[in-house]
This record gives sequence, C-alpha cells and structure tokens, in this order.
Amino acid sequence: MDNPETQVNIENPNNKSNSLWISLKGQLKKFLSSHNIGDFIFERLTLLFAVLVFLLVILMGYEMYVGSKISIDKFGWSFLTNSVWDPVQEIYGALPIIYGTIVSSFLALVISVPLSIGIAIFLSEVSPDWLEKPLSFLVELLAGIPSVVYGLWGIFVLVPWIRTDVEPFLSEHLGFLPFFRGAPYGFGMLAAVLILAIMILPIVSSISRDILRSVPQSQREAALALGATRWQSTKIVLKDAKSGILGATMLGLGRAVGETMAVTMVIGNRAVISPSLFDPSYTMASVIANEFTEATSEMYLSALIQLALVLFVLTIIINAMAKLLVWSMERKLGTR
Amino acid sequence: MDIKISVKNLEAFYGKNKVLKNISIDIPRNKVVAIIGPSGCGKSTFLRCLNRMHEVVGGTITGSILVDGEDLTKTDPVLIRKRLGMVFQKPNPFPTMSIFNNVAAGLRFNGVRNKKILAPIVEKSLKQAALWDEVKDNLEDSGVNISGGQQQRLCIARTLAVDPEVILMDEPASALDPISTSKIEELIFELKKNYTIVIVTHNMQQAARVSDFTAFFYMGELIEYDKTTKIFTNPSNKKTEEYVTGRFG
Ligand SMILES: Nc1ncnc2c1ncn2[C@@H]1O[C@H](COP(=O)(O)OP(=O)(O)OP(=O)(O)O)[C@@H](O)[C@H]1O
Ligand SMILES: [Mg+2]
Repeated sequence: MDNPETQVNIENPNNKSNSLWISLKGQLKKFLSSHNIGDFIFERLTLLFAVLVFLLVILMGYEMYVGSKISIDKFGWSFLTNSVWDPVQEIYGALPIIYGTIVSSFLALVISVPLSIGIAIFLSEVSPDWLEKPLSFLVELLAGIPSVVYGLWGIFVLVPWIRTDVEPFLSEHLGFLPFFRGAPYGFGMLAAVLILAIMILPIVSSISRDILRSVPQSQREAALALGATRWQSTKIVLKDAKSGILGATMLGLGRAVGETMAVTMVIGNRAVISPSLFDPSYTMASVIANEFTEATSEMYLSALIQLALVLFVLTIIINAMAKLLVWSMERKLGTR
Repeated sequence: MDIKISVKNLEAFYGKNKVLKNISIDIPRNKVVAIIGPSGCGKSTFLRCLNRMHEVVGGTITGSILVDGEDLTKTDPVLIRKRLGMVFQKPNPFPTMSIFNNVAAGLRFNGVRNKKILAPIVEKSLKQAALWDEVKDNLEDSGVNISGGQQQRLCIARTLAVDPEVILMDEPASALDPISTSKIEELIFELKKNYTIVIVTHNMQQAARVSDFTAFFYMGELIEYDKTTKIFTNPSNKKTEEYVTGRFG
C-alpha cells in the first residue's frame, strides 16, 4: 500500500472498500453541512439561555448589594458579628438571626437525614415493588404540600403537643442540659426544628432513593455472590452512593435555610441567642418576610436587603456544593 | 466419575414464566463444563440457580441441586455463595475500593479484618488470577482504574480469595479483547486443577478449547450433554449439530 500508515488505519481499512469509503465520507459531509445551521442555532440559543440565567443571578446579587449599600457602609462586617437587632435605635447586627437560621437548619438535618436515608434504603433496597410505588408516591406528596399548610399544622398540632408533652418531658429528664431549660411556650426553636425536619424529609429521602437506585445492580450482585449478607451488600451500595447522598443532604439544607412561612409561624420571632431549644428564635427568611412591610426608614430597609444578600450568598454556596457532589457521584458511576 | 454438583429435575421461573424445563445434569469434580446455546435459552438462569442468585431478582425454582450430596435449596444462600463463587459477564469491581480491598472484600464479609491474615491471601489470589505482577506496586489504587481485562482478572481474584469449591463464570470474556480473553482461558486451564468450573460461553472455539464437557441448552431445555470432543465432532442430536456448526443461533 502506498498510503502512509496512519491513513491506512483511519481512512482506508481495506483497499477494496476504498472508493465506497470516500463516497460515504462525501455523503456524511453533505449531511453535516445541511444540518449545521440548525445545530448552530440550537447551540447558540441554549448557550444564550444558560448565560441569561447566570446574568440573572449576578444581577440579583448586584441589585441587593446596591440596595444594602447604606447599611454595608455603616456596619461593614460588624453586621455579621453584632448581636443587637434594634430597628428603634437603628442598630442592625444579624448574628442572632444568622445563628437562628444555621442552628434550626442544622438540627433539622440531624433529625431528618438519618430518617431519610432509612426511608431511601427501604424504598430502594428492601421494599417489594407493590409497596414501593405507593410509599414513594406518599413521600413525594409530602414534598408538594405548601409550606403555609405545614405552618398551620405546626400552630394547631405541633406547638400544643410540644408545649404540653415534649417540653415538660425533656426538661424533667434532660433538664440538666442547657438545651432543655426554660418555660415551655411551645413556640420556639424546637418547633421550628421539628417542622423543618418534616419538610426536608421528602426531598432528602426521594433524592437519596434515586441515588441508591442509580447504583448498578451489578454492584449488589458482586457483593452477594461473594457471600455478603443483604445488609453487607447494602453497605457497599451506600458507599458507592455516599457523595450523592451528601449532595441530597445539602439540597435539604438549602431548603431548610430558605424556608420562610412555616418557620415564621412557629419559631417565636425574637432575635436572641439562647442555648435552650425552648426559647424563641428568628431566621433570616422570617425576618425579611415579617419586617419588610414595617421597614419605614432607609437604613432599616437597607439592613433587611443586606440580610437578604447574606441569605442569597449562603444558599448559593450550599446549592453549588450540593450539585457538585451529586454530579461527581453520577460521573463516577457513569464511567464504569 | 466423581460428581461435584448433581442437578435433578430443575425448573426455574420468573414469576409464572418457566425458563428452565426439567434439567438434570451431573457436573464432575475438577473439570470444566461449558454451557452453550442461543441467546435467551436459559444459560445464565441455570448458572444463577446454582449459587442461588436466581432468587435475588425474584425468581423461583423447583427440583434439587446437590453439592457433594447436600441439597442447596435447603441451605442458607449466604453460605452457598461462599462455596460457589461467580464471575460475571461485565467486570464489576467495587469502585470505592482499592485493588487490595476488592480482593479482600469477600473475606471481610466473613468477618476477617486482620490485615496480616488478609495480605497473604490477597497476594495468593492475585497470583492465581495472573494479575499480581501487573498490580503489585499499586495495590492501593482504585479497582476501576485498570483495563477491562485486568478488572475481570481482579474479579476472578476476588472470587478465589473466598476459597470457593466451584467457580461459575457467565461469559467471562465476552467484554474483553482477544489478548485478555486468551489470558482468561489460560487461567481457567490452571484453575481446574483445584476447582470445579462451569462456564457459559457464546464462543464455540472457546468452549472447545477450555472445557472437558459441554452442555447444549435450547429454549430452556438441556438438549445434549457429553464430552466436549463428542459434542463438537459427533453430536447425537440434530439441533446440537446445527448449533455447533453455526447453522443457527
Ligand atoms: N430478570 C428477569 N426477569 C424476567 N425474565 C427474565 C429475567 N432474566 C431473564 N429472563 C428470561 O429468561 C429467559 C432466559 O434468560 P437467560 O438470561 O437465562 O438467557 P441466556 O441463555 O443467558 O441468554 P444470553 O445468551 O443472551 O445471555 C429469557 O427468555 C429471558 O427473557
Ligand atoms: Mg446470559
């Protein structure tokens, strides 16, 4: 053959089919050129949308920055570290509010994540088909309930129950801990934590279930064929799914941090830092929702917008981390 | 003949769908038995009945499977799978584990934790699987960052580490290149000194090369079972002849 070797491999696998190959290539070129314009428009259009979303986020961040300029100039970083939130004196320190947001969300995760993983394991690994479908449906139904309905349920069912049963019980048996002291109001951090835990349960468990399902069956079979018990093979699956479940948890955290209505209705709405879960607290989202209508002075409004900016940045960070984790998990399993 | 596995009147079902019909077959000790037959005839199902993996996907069976005279269908499946190891069509190492831990996985399931005990077994198994020289310096690397052929040998090593009596292989080389395939075939030749092997294959030459006995399955039935040389040179059944000569399937 007189062709150089690379060409032999790529273009001319067989001398006899050479002319056929060339004509095929011509046809392919024609096909591509006739389709290129559509592809071009399609690509550019989707790119445009992606860029638009990105710009929107930047724009929102910028608007909030401009809106909170007065407050930022006056308080600077002390906005984050000062614990007095006093609209009358025009002093705005968001520490108790940030504290309330983080603590309520974190504790909600502590309660909700183990439960969610348990539900996910049951749905994906244990439950028979006929039970799995209605159960999954129920879990997803929970995710669709509007948060104001959770809030109402919180006020009329959860809070009274906490006041008459949970808090007296806790202070009697665990009252030596600072977390369970004080008067049992019902409204407060504990109620917010419980309601958040219930609200993030569906999202964390249904995403975790999908993640577990995406682990190939061959992994379970590999373990079982080596003499693993059902639980041991489930542990292998969980190991594969670890980063994905972590991502699901972060999505739950994002939801908890931004949750407004239900939390406002039960948390007691006072910007104080107290170790006791019985005491009222406040979250960033609730402060903004509650006080925006009352913000008459320019500084007050500016401080609230700064609070929104803090919440905005926090949620973006959490969600980005969640997406990154889920994505890295999918990539890892996909390349197998 | 010294019989390792004796299958009697085995029928296998997926729900109501019967996919194996009245299979009776004796598998001799320290020999290689090849299972051949067209796609969908029940080869994998048969193999998976032998180590009770069939029930993992919700299948059921009737009949009996005796291993050294003991009825498998009446024993704990976890114990059975330690005695009858399985290598799958597609290499399936554990991606979160190192090469070392992949091989040690089965022992760990058994409760062996001590690395001093694990290390020599891992080394021996990797040597048996003819993989040791290629990976001995990277035992801590992930089990999926090696080639497909190496992954399959890793899976064989993983199976050997549990010290099974029987090795079941479901088209172990069908996803591999010719060089890896011949490595696996050499390996089977070595392994049959110590193990009883049942191998499903679509490749007639492979069946002829590696096996002592061949079973031909067709539409859920065992059509013919005999010495491999007989099956490939002078089969008694017309269907078998047509299949091995490539006239259908
Ligand atoms: N999980 C399953 N659920 C229901 N039916 C199944 C399942 N797996 C296999 N079958 C059916 O059982 C029959 C036998 O399948 P099996 O996988 O044993 O065939 P096979 O001989 O291994 O085929 P191949 O050569 O393609 O691997 C087929 O008709 C198939 O449709
Ligand atoms: Mg098969």
